[in-house]
Amino acid sequence: MPEDESRRVALLVMGCPKVPVQTSLVLYLAHRLKKAGIKTIIAGTPSARQLIRVADPDGHYTMEMKDLDATIAALADEKLSVTDSYVFVHNDAGISYTATMVSLTKKPVTAIIFGEEAEQMKQEITFPCTVIAQPATHNPMPLKKKIEEAAPWDV
Amino acid sequence: MGCLESLPYEVLLSKISFKESREYLARYAEKYDVEPGYKMFDLHLIGVPPIRVAIDGESLLFPFTKPCHGTFLIRVPDAVNEIERLRNREKSK
Repeated sequence: MPEDESRRVALLVMGCPKVPVQTSLVLYLAHRLKKAGIKTIIAGTPSARQLIRVADPDGHYTMEMKDLDATIAALADEKLSVTDSYVFVHNDAGISYTATMVSLTKKPVTAIIFGEEAEQMKQEITFPCTVIAQPATHNPMPLKKKIEEAAPWDV
Repeated sequence: MGCLESLPYEVLLSKISFKESREYLARYAEKYDVEPGYKMFDLHLIGVPPIRVAIDGESLLFPFTKPCHGTFLIRVPDAVNEIERLRNREKSK
């Protein structure tokens, strides 16, 4: 059956998985979006994807997962289109990936910034996107609360 | 997507920021700005626009970003085809 073209497709882009809060926040956001009927694609490095796969082996919270480089290539070659993106950022590379998503998708992008350098990273966002930031490393709750306030699944 | 390892590359600077890459490449006389996702050698460039790439003789210098290791400044020798493509792209603007 052909996919419903009007359906929202949210892309969740994971950064380096070295900061603990990332995996649980990606799972949480994917779960809330999925529950709202939004298709989710999680893109990340092999180790970032393995953390998700091990935590959600039966795919209760997640749907599709893709290699990060392959996802960038598919967006650049217009073989993949998404309606909104959420980029998890804790370092300079994350800022670069966020800017790349803004440029490639031409659709709303939210940078979810965490880690010890969250405030500094927030200052590096000089392009149009929504920013949710909290210097969280181990405790996901403050950032979870901010994501709930933004409620992207309700937009 | 292609792999950097398939190229005869040299790392000029490692674990830098995208700003440092842009600043470093400013010293080259021939340089171009490309958009994120621009494809070179089967690689798609990642970065905050404008992404600067520079030409030094027959070498092409450009930033290469990985999620866990930040940005590297890469030099690829004998890049005549990609250099030609960049120059033609600039002319057609």
